[in-house]
Amino acid sequence: MLTKSRRPKYLNLIKINLPITGIASILHRISGVLLFLSIPFLIYALSLSLRSPESFAQVQAFFDNMLIRALGLMLVYALAHHFFAGIRFLLLDLDIGLDLKTARASALAAILAGLTIFVLVVIGILL
Amino acid sequence: MSIHAQGMRAWLLQRLSGAYIAVYLVLALFIIGTGPRLDYVRWHELLSQPPVSIATLLFFLFLLIHAWVGIRDVLLDYIQLQALRFSILMVLALGLLTMGIWVSMILFSVVQL
Repeated sequence: MLTKSRRPKYLNLIKINLPITGIASILHRISGVLLFLSIPFLIYALSLSLRSPESFAQVQAFFDNMLIRALGLMLVYALAHHFFAGIRFLLLDLDIGLDLKTARASALAAILAGLTIFVLVVIGILL
Repeated sequence: MSIHAQGMRAWLLQRLSGAYIAVYLVLALFIIGTGPRLDYVRWHELLSQPPVSIATLLFFLFLLIHAWVGIRDVLLDYIQLQALRFSILMVLALGLLTMGIWVSMILFSVVQL
């Protein structure tokens, strides 16, 4: 089924010039995979949090660990980007913002919105 | 034709589940953020209400469906070896199914009917 292509492979990632829409798209994919990997941990945390006041406190105590906190923050960013880029894709599916100029602007807006949420959460934790 | 119809169904399911997940998360953040400080009592009481636990169960079911379509798309893109692709898809399906049963059991044990 897959025919061998004779096209040269050129995967110098530094030299590939990914347009802003492509960046929003690949980040949507990477964040989606990360969020998927977090699901079992999320369910486990839900189970512990509902079992008893002690295990509820245990879930909170997980985040005293800096590594867990950093992973949590990474997931916050993944969720924020996936959320905004996902809404953008939904709008594109409804034929909203399909022209190149709008599509580029909305890609940038989705990326910035995700970063903004991330920065706000980091500030919220530090304060 | 049936292949096209299946692709269309996955496409639609991905969008509908995504929309539900987004609305649920915004509502959940609003409800948790606007009330008193979240402690065990409030958390447990919140999830024991049938509307909340049903909405949460739907959230997880849609999340698992969303993950199935999304991860399947990624696997179809990157794994070209048919046998390997099929095996990983099977593991994925079993894993998601297990998580669905697991989270249903958790929510059923909390809800006050």
